Amino acid sequence: MNITSFAPLAVVLPILGAALTFLLIHHTRAQRAISIAVLTLTLLLECWLLASVWEGGTAAVDIGGWLPPWGIVLVVDQFSSLMLVVSSTVSLAVLIYATGQGMADGDRDAPVSIFHPTYLILVAGVSNAFLSGDLFNLYVGFEILLTASYVLITLGGTGPRIRAGVTYVVVSVVSSVLFLIAIAMVYGATGTINMADLAIKLGDLDQGTRTLLHVMLLVAFGIKAAVFPLSFWLPDSYPTAPAPVTAVFAGLLTKVGVYAMVRTETLLFPGDALNAPLMVAALLTMVVGILGALAQSDIKRLLSFTLVSHIGYMVFGLAMSTVAGLGAAVFYVAHHITIQTSLFLVTGLIERRGGSSSMDRVAGLAKLSPVLGVLFFIPAMNLAGIPPFSGFLGKLGLLQAGVELGTPLAYALVIGGVLTSLLTLLAIARVWNRAFWRKPGDAEHPDPVLLAAPADSATGDRAGRTNVTLLPRTMVGSTLGLVVFGVALTVFAGPLFRVADQSAEEMLDRSSYIQAVLGEDAPVPPVPPAAQPGQGELQGGGK
Amino acid sequence: MSVNLTLLTVMGALYACGIYLILERSLTRVLLGLMLLANATNLLILATGGYAGLAPIFDKDTPAGDYNDPLPQALILTSIVISFAVTAFMLGIIYRTWVLARQDEIQDDAEDRRVAETPSFDAEDDSVIPAETSEFPLAMVGSDGAGTIDKATASAPAPGTGNGTAAVMSGDRPVRADKAASEEQPGSLNVDPSPEGGEE
Repeated sequence: MNITSFAPLAVVLPILGAALTFLLIHHTRAQRAISIAVLTLTLLLECWLLASVWEGGTAAVDIGGWLPPWGIVLVVDQFSSLMLVVSSTVSLAVLIYATGQGMADGDRDAPVSIFHPTYLILVAGVSNAFLSGDLFNLYVGFEILLTASYVLITLGGTGPRIRAGVTYVVVSVVSSVLFLIAIAMVYGATGTINMADLAIKLGDLDQGTRTLLHVMLLVAFGIKAAVFPLSFWLPDSYPTAPAPVTAVFAGLLTKVGVYAMVRTETLLFPGDALNAPLMVAALLTMVVGILGALAQSDIKRLLSFTLVSHIGYMVFGLAMSTVAGLGAAVFYVAHHITIQTSLFLVTGLIERRGGSSSMDRVAGLAKLSPVLGVLFFIPAMNLAGIPPFSGFLGKLGLLQAGVELGTPLAYALVIGGVLTSLLTLLAIARVWNRAFWRKPGDAEHPDPVLLAAPADSATGDRAGRTNVTLLPRTMVGSTLGLVVFGVALTVFAGPLFRVADQSAEEMLDRSSYIQAVLGEDAPVPPVPPAAQPGQGELQGGGK
Repeated sequence: MSVNLTLLTVMGALYACGIYLILERSLTRVLLGLMLLANATNLLILATGGYAGLAPIFDKDTPAGDYNDPLPQALILTSIVISFAVTAFMLGIIYRTWVLARQDEIQDDAEDRRVAETPSFDAEDDSVIPAETSEFPLAMVGSDGAGTIDKATASAPAPGTGNGTAAVMSGDRPVRADKAASEEQPGSLNVDPSPEGGEE
């Protein structure tokens, strides 16, 4: 019996944990222990999965013994197992951070007991979406994680969170409805919703139907991934949520959308003519997102805009649909999940230490808390793509792939990518200058607490509570852990890039995925010969 | 594949009404719109199953073509459950909005508004750096006092702050040279306004 047959446990374990923590809703200690244990177990399992897929190739699990294409199937390949490992690492760090926050604040926020079950269900939904080999099961995975995220984003039910929650819920529901419509259309056109089966059958449809289905799926996933014209909900809704919640959303939820886009592009509709529009969308996402970030004075909002902006890099890599481009995109997704989450966690710490996340109020943190400075500086430079960090390596890979492709549009994106990287540096430098370097008195609306507090005070008054530990060890420790993990991505960039390139090759080739699901003798359709460079040139030249 | 025209017409009407309603600003109407959209989509999925047939319970005398396609119905069942949960949650949110704000409207994002109204001029980044016309900058002539008054008041970016005037009126009460030298700008809060005789 192969370890990959245990893949469903990646979904089942968190759900069981959620049930257990829900039963123990009045025992916060037990809740903490259970959820951390469950996530650690899941992470170990997923590492094992990654190792086994690395050795033995793509594997599929038929749920309940129903054979594909009729039954639901979970597929473990290199890309999905890599995503699972990274996402579980990040969610474990965020969970520890959140428990640290809960312990430091004495758990006096009433609905905190609901946090653990909901969080575990969110993780289960993310795992389900990554593993799903079936379009409708992917939809269910999305719904699981979205429903959990509705609860998390409105945690506590304060005015701003409810306001943000309304935007978030309505936009998410609309995107889910679009996805469901797309599924219905796909089923109507082909009579199957198994992704491997679709990969074979979609090729027989005529071009118009294919394009329609393709666009429907891309729009639905584009809303979830926050690709430019569909991205405005994100900076509106993320920043008001509690710090750990924003962090895990920023790291995982949009990336699930990107993951779904990658699967659509590589498995379902390879070589289709939508690469040029995708590239334009990627360019606009990068540039518009980062310009939005420059206008913000709140660190959380600024980071939300950089999040949108950097989704553009992943879409860029995806739209090239070459091994180099896709591999770089996979690497970039892994890097970005880690870095963006750690930045949001640090911002949570800044908010605790400085009393606010607004750059008009917070100042002088470098002197007050050098640890915070280091914790912010490393992932921030990483995000901006300063060598030698993984952000630089990922961007370098993308730019190289773009130059290799050599179409005018690809060159435009290369230039846009460099520009976005520089503007990210500018945005980050503004945060650094204003929140860390200038004197507390120079802030536009200086925080009286910050002005008065001596540099070595470990406790302070926050949100009406006195003597709150400002920087609890668990919170700093988990953030540090994630920052170190981000640096480790840099140190082990070589092997990681190899995994990314191999998974890209595997995805573009499709045969291992289809044969793992449908059996060794399944026919693997050739990738339609609509050559991407030619298409890109044609459309790029017309601009 | 053949489809039922009535079903399709109803579906179209539901989509039209649903889209109209989610564009409203009232939350209850948005919720109704979302429900209509979800149900229209359920009809769409139902339509993909083709004509009504026999219940899909296997019987060896019935040819395969006579059965109804069971998969769309399974999908609809799942999507009904999901939209039910989301509707319940939305109702919760709407009630909460009502409790908090006493209105059934989507609120504006205050921070968005603030950013939109921010002038493109940023005091810190864009203000004119006071030109040093003298060979001796303010910090150097602090002990003298008299020479600093005009230049300092003219170059202070934010006029009228209490501390600013206290620091600049060094003609009456000379600021100690070391205090003045530690300053980057006259308006800074770090100036001790009353080194001597400030208690008046």
